[in-house]
Amino acid sequence: MGRVLLYAFLLLMAGFFLLPVYLVILTALKEPAKITLETVWQWPHPPYWESFRTAWEAFRPKFQNSVVLATSATLLSALVGSLNGYVLAKWPFRGSGLLFALILFGMFIPYQSILIPLFQFMKSIGLYGNLFGLVLVHVIYGIPIVTLIFRNYYSEIPDELVEAARIDGAGFFGIFRHVILPLSVPAFVVVAIWQFTQIWNEFLFAVTLTRPESQPITVALAQLAGGEAVKWNLPMAGAILAALPTLLVYIFLGRYFLRGLLAGSVKG
Amino acid sequence: MAKVKLEHVWKRFGKVVAVKDFNLETEDGEFVVFVGPSGCGKTTTLRMIAGLEEVSEGKIFIGDRLVNDVPPKDRDIAMVFQNYALYPHMNVYENMAFGLRLRRYPKDEIDRRVKEAARILKIEHLLNRKPRELSGGQRQRVAMGRAIVREPKVFLMDEPLSNLDAKLRVEMRAEIAKLQRRLGVTTIYVTHDQVEAMTLGHRIVVMKDGEVQQVDTPLNLYDFPANRFVAGFIGSPSMNFVRAGVEVQGERVYLVAPGFRIRANAVLGNALKPYAGKEVWLGVRPEHLGLKGYTGIPEEENVLRGEVEVAEPLGAETEIHVNVNGTVLVAKVDGHAPVKPGDKVELLADTSRLHAFDLETERTIGHSQEKVAAVR
Repeated sequence: MGRVLLYAFLLLMAGFFLLPVYLVILTALKEPAKITLETVWQWPHPPYWESFRTAWEAFRPKFQNSVVLATSATLLSALVGSLNGYVLAKWPFRGSGLLFALILFGMFIPYQSILIPLFQFMKSIGLYGNLFGLVLVHVIYGIPIVTLIFRNYYSEIPDELVEAARIDGAGFFGIFRHVILPLSVPAFVVVAIWQFTQIWNEFLFAVTLTRPESQPITVALAQLAGGEAVKWNLPMAGAILAALPTLLVYIFLGRYFLRGLLAGSVKG
Repeated sequence: MAKVKLEHVWKRFGKVVAVKDFNLETEDGEFVVFVGPSGCGKTTTLRMIAGLEEVSEGKIFIGDRLVNDVPPKDRDIAMVFQNYALYPHMNVYENMAFGLRLRRYPKDEIDRRVKEAARILKIEHLLNRKPRELSGGQRQRVAMGRAIVREPKVFLMDEPLSNLDAKLRVEMRAEIAKLQRRLGVTTIYVTHDQVEAMTLGHRIVVMKDGEVQQVDTPLNLYDFPANRFVAGFIGSPSMNFVRAGVEVQGERVYLVAPGFRIRANAVLGNALKPYAGKEVWLGVRPEHLGLKGYTGIPEEENVLRGEVEVAEPLGAETEIHVNVNGTVLVAKVDGHAPVKPGDKVELLADTSRLHAFDLETERTIGHSQEKVAAVR
């Protein structure tokens, strides 16, 4: 009996959360003229696929930008994070604990508060407007969280492995390459999912720091929804397209995500 | 092969002194065991020799080379860790080959050495397995193998058997001894287990609170402990200690307490004379106490009277706990002696094997090794 209630409750909650998604799909498949408040919950027949084509055409260059941005920023920040984590977990130095605390502090600085100085800074170093600048911002902005994930993961790796490698003849980078990296796959998956999703979905930096030719998909999506007489089918179709990559990443890597967050143990 | 020499080596962690003025010179090919309770500094000392821990003060030599500032990889040592520290993502072969690969040995040389080590350690059939597919004993062998293939000047082993169950530990102990004899490589071995220390070490360094208590052969530690700590640490069950007054009557010296009045032999008696009228710790090992009527120890002025509290028959012998006026003494007596709790018994002490310790300094009174040897 308790179980039945539990499942009923969970189903209700899931339905509640999926309701907007359902509405997005419904609206995306309707002809613009047929989108009215009265017919909001009605299924379109026949489904109108044209919106996806139009949205895709509007998106294509920005989609490409987003792929480049999210992939390269994710890879770079994962690399930075694993090096940071490696040093903080396995090569502690005087003040490294404090440094770690300060790095984590970065997670709690609200985004919006640094936007204007960031904009001016990027302008002054000549990286405003292009995709590379945005990659750099995301890599740096991701340092706290990826450092945290990697450091905690590496703390679980016994110090003796590092010491054994030192005696075996490996140096700082040798140990990283031959011992630490091969054991880091779960942490990389966690960081990849997290960063890819964050960066792909991010809007504020993107709209502030890029010129039109290098804008990512989130900005394009906002533009699709702008203007006076909004044809709702288009932004809805666009939203589905924009959400697909992160959805796929989660579907394929999701189980590693949970495993990596929960366990991460590699005890020999 | 090489000697290892430590000269006035200190290790401080902030204000805490972990190792105090450590001095040692090993022979070539010697098996030296560091033993002591946890926190005594034995592992820290080993790690300083390995180069994993910096030396705060003093000098460490491997061979003739001062190695204080030499990184671990260039010290020509190999180390076996307590938890084996095998690389989880490499198979057994790769684990053993790793150090040689990093040193850019030719492939066939690596192959030869790994296979030879695998043969010696009987792990040839495991070469393709990952560490997680191995039992504790097998991992232990791989860890040994990883050390052997390097053909280092010195083996360092940090409690390598403490993660194994009791039976396997005894087996591997014998194998390590055999292997070390066979390879003849200078070995420094850390353990908290005095039985391991006694069975493996050519010489044993007994440590406590960062300080070396005594460096000697197993038998000398047993027969001539330098102080009360070593006396109690070496031997199982531990030596009994009881406070006793020293009574001097001309040439006769007695150790006296309620329940006994024992006459010290000539050597100990002489050493005890300065303590006339004072108290000392009397030390006697369980195996040097016998039950009257069931022991080869003759009855002289050497009787202790008390009441049996516990009797633990082990077959060949029975360990009895005897309350002698408030102090419980353990005695190993004949396995067929009819004793049960509550019995009033008389124990006979082997007066040639008595020890005495200063109450304050806890240092052994008298019996330097030479003096005793002269009397025997």
